[in-house]
Amino acid sequence: MNETAHSVIRMANQIARNFEILGKEAAVAATQDHIASFWDRRMKAAAFGLLPSADVGFSPLAREALERLAGETDGAGHQDAG
Amino acid sequence: MGYERQADLGTPPSASADSVELTIDGRQISVPAGTSVMRAAAQSGGHIPKLCATDSIKSFGSCRLCLVEIDGMRGTPASCTTPVSEGMVVHTQTQRLQKLRRSVMELYISDHPLDCLTCSANNDCELQDEAAAVGLRDVRFGYEGSNHLGLDVDSSNPYFDFDPSKCIACSRCVRACDEIQGTFALTMDGRGFESKISAGTRDDDFLSSECVSCGACVQACPTAALDEKAVKEIGRPERAVVTTCAYCGVGCTFRAEMRGEQLVRMVPWKDGKANRGHSCVKGRFAWGYANHQDRITSPMIRDHIDEPWREVSWDEAIAFAAARIDAIRIRHGSEALGGITSSRCTNEETFLVQKMVRSVFGTNNVDTCARVCHSPTGYGLKTAFGTSAGTQDFDSVEHSDVILVIGANPTDGHPVFASRMKRRLRQGAKLIVIDPRRIDLVRSPHIEAAHHLPLQPGTNVAVLTAMAHVIVTENLADETFIRERCDWQEYDDWRQFVSDSRHSPEALESVTRVPANELRQAARLFATGGNGAIYYGLGVTEHSQGSSTVMAIANLAMATGNIGRPGVGVNPLRGQNNVQGACDMGSFPHELPGYRHVHEADTRQLFEREWGTTLDAEPGLRIPNMLDAAVDGTFKAIYIQGEDILQSDPNTRHVAAGLAAMECVVVHDLFLNETANYAHVFLPGSTFLEKNGTFTNAERRIQPVRKVMQPANGFEDWEVTQLLANALGAGWSYSHPAEILDEIACLTPSFAGVSWSRLEQVGSLQWPVNEQHPDGAPVMHMDGFVRGKGKFVVTDYVPTDEKTGPRFPLLLTTGRILSHYNVGAQTRRTKNTAWHPEDLLEMHPADAENRGLKDGDWTRLASRTGETTLRVKVTDRVAPGVVYTTFHHPETQANVVTTDYSDWATNCPEYKVTAVQVMPSNGPSDWQEDYSKRTDRSRRVIEDVPAE
Repeated sequence: MNETAHSVIRMANQIARNFEILGKEAAVAATQDHIASFWDRRMKAAAFGLLPSADVGFSPLAREALERLAGETDGAGHQDAG
Repeated sequence: MGYERQADLGTPPSASADSVELTIDGRQISVPAGTSVMRAAAQSGGHIPKLCATDSIKSFGSCRLCLVEIDGMRGTPASCTTPVSEGMVVHTQTQRLQKLRRSVMELYISDHPLDCLTCSANNDCELQDEAAAVGLRDVRFGYEGSNHLGLDVDSSNPYFDFDPSKCIACSRCVRACDEIQGTFALTMDGRGFESKISAGTRDDDFLSSECVSCGACVQACPTAALDEKAVKEIGRPERAVVTTCAYCGVGCTFRAEMRGEQLVRMVPWKDGKANRGHSCVKGRFAWGYANHQDRITSPMIRDHIDEPWREVSWDEAIAFAAARIDAIRIRHGSEALGGITSSRCTNEETFLVQKMVRSVFGTNNVDTCARVCHSPTGYGLKTAFGTSAGTQDFDSVEHSDVILVIGANPTDGHPVFASRMKRRLRQGAKLIVIDPRRIDLVRSPHIEAAHHLPLQPGTNVAVLTAMAHVIVTENLADETFIRERCDWQEYDDWRQFVSDSRHSPEALESVTRVPANELRQAARLFATGGNGAIYYGLGVTEHSQGSSTVMAIANLAMATGNIGRPGVGVNPLRGQNNVQGACDMGSFPHELPGYRHVHEADTRQLFEREWGTTLDAEPGLRIPNMLDAAVDGTFKAIYIQGEDILQSDPNTRHVAAGLAAMECVVVHDLFLNETANYAHVFLPGSTFLEKNGTFTNAERRIQPVRKVMQPANGFEDWEVTQLLANALGAGWSYSHPAEILDEIACLTPSFAGVSWSRLEQVGSLQWPVNEQHPDGAPVMHMDGFVRGKGKFVVTDYVPTDEKTGPRFPLLLTTGRILSHYNVGAQTRRTKNTAWHPEDLLEMHPADAENRGLKDGDWTRLASRTGETTLRVKVTDRVAPGVVYTTFHHPETQANVVTTDYSDWATNCPEYKVTAVQVMPSNGPSDWQEDYSKRTDRSRRVIEDVPAE
């Protein structure tokens, strides 16, 4: 696992943990929005690339947020928010 | 301007709105009630001779030179201590007064060396001027009797001398130290003829005393008793240019007083709206780095970082950098490129760097040193209020009743503002300090905090939530304000959250280590004590919950109605001179200038039209992510202006690995800094004295920076960026920063009304400057929040992942000291090293004893990340279990020890919490030895300059 992969796992979990107080639905949405707003596309792509592995260490909230974001994003990590 | 001393009206202005009419020497005038006769005379164009009076301190009435006659009043009252009254008729020049003044002056001169021609203050001496003004022609008393002419000069201070033989015992220096600086270091020792100015005790000199070398005494001295060494060495200035200090975020304005191209001294400008005529040791005296022998003025290149540098022409250096960047772009794409803007450079320079990265490199991989300091402020305040900036101006503190300082050490980090804060505290405002250390503000002369909450590092959110718990559960919240100004539903959610008993001070005491009763009292005081203002610094932001803490602070301010008027507010104390400006200028990878997200298509189109290019719609990499990507091999080239990430950023080994992995590192700086050890191109920078532009300080005040001398390197920094951009095909043609500022104004709504000519007229403007606020906005959110309704955010306390344990049982927190600035690149190259020659590790006596350490012993400071060595200072300023150090010296490399942990929202590093162990040491760590060798190898220069 490279440096970026290590970082995105830790960052995604940390973001999700700080939104956890909002309750599951809101926390997932807030985490998804935060990552969409602040992460570079290669970080998003690195996180999406880790999703197929069940044991990489994403928290359930972080994983769900990333899965939703991946579903709205093209393969290069670009979100059509324009 | 030519050289003129700053106007001195003798006594401070009156704040009264009522006016009084009087007659002075036949002239009828109207002045505010409470004005002194001396000031009224000066305002009407007259001059009453004076020595002990100056308008920056209260009148004293000791020199007896300013006597006047007033119709209907007996005797000859001192004009400095006599207030005007309605219908008063004053005579300032009569034969009687002339005779009295001559006699007074005769006594002064009878004990003063008559060496005017060789005196450093010749032609810049109030005693000399007033002797002429009173017509003194003869001294009858001779010099045979007792006098003070043979007293020794105190030259201990590196920047000024005290010559007691030239002292007239007017006490202006003592009063300036007390009233302006608030240090109370000076005193008038002895009585009568034995009266003598003394710094500290009788065994002290100026350097060993409590004096902080702010220069207020030198500024106040009417003779050469206190005079700058530089004036003695260079001579009297012959011109003065007003400019803005390049040290901290207070943004003091100074008169750069010049002789030819040589800077003689920096004198605080009395009309400066941020500093109001005051200064600190850095801005006032520590400018010697500008001419330091270490300064690099020729561009240098090398193919590989293990090779020595080769000095080359500007053309060759720019072509070399451009070719490498272009080759990397072709091979790896724009996303392999990036840049870092500088909070030490001007708005215009910062704007150009981010413009180059976005529009010429073709990527949003641009970040700034605010990433490692105040990025959580941007996130937190934008979320809560809608703007990424503090809410008040500095003047606001004069209306505060309760001042809450959290995670800031203003007397060291923002000393000029701290002096204003201390003045307000001496007037009776109450102080709450939340800090793991007993900072100077907690207890210093005439100041004592009502409550000091010495929390466990990393528990800011828990402490603030506990304070909110007290305020809400004891019905101290300002619900009228909240209903009118905030989203009530969000408040209600937050109210329920903080009301939970698990957030009570008692429940959280085991986490925060703050006594519950003390916390309750502090919360009650803040909620009920009148105007409550919160000031915070990096002790808030540099945590894994930095952004949460900023929002918790905003919650507290809104819940108590302390937003939207003078005396209240949320006030981030910005570290560097232009942190605010660098953030405003679009230095973050997700935001264009004016804090507008790159996702916003309309905003992108605005810039695309102006710049004639297409912009990426996705955020770029932040600094730590750039370094990760570099290690991974997807980030290859970086342009770094005025920032030393190797020394300032956390986990030095990781930074070094990232830089070493890149194929092109361009460092644009004054010195071969630590980052330059890993650079391929070095582009010499210019100092703030050598450039035009603007800085924006912590109160959003945009102020001009004016060139007072030609750049030693040949170019201002914005010109260097333009050269590089044009070598990459940009086609820019800026000829002055005013043109860049026009572009900023055209593209950034909060700067819409700002221009160089406007700043020349009004001196400074506080953004937003737009149709709604044509003259700027000293206090924000007066009639409503920028985002509409103020947003309460539930901030759950999430403990940091950095834990103490058996191997690393202590918590390290880092900070800064008065005499040094940031990584010390500038101040280490000045005489400020007299106060702080090395970084020290502060440790509680109990922890030191457990380890067999004595004051001054060498210690090994180790964390999970790395280790370094430094000497220990045993002090109870820190709590047991906590150690503290600064990061000003590269020999220490304090950031070898800090970790990769960072703020959850912004990646601002968690400098303030690192689990460490400390043990005795007898030498430098392996890293320090290796690094020292690398530095020596890296800084080799082949000095063969080819023809242009």
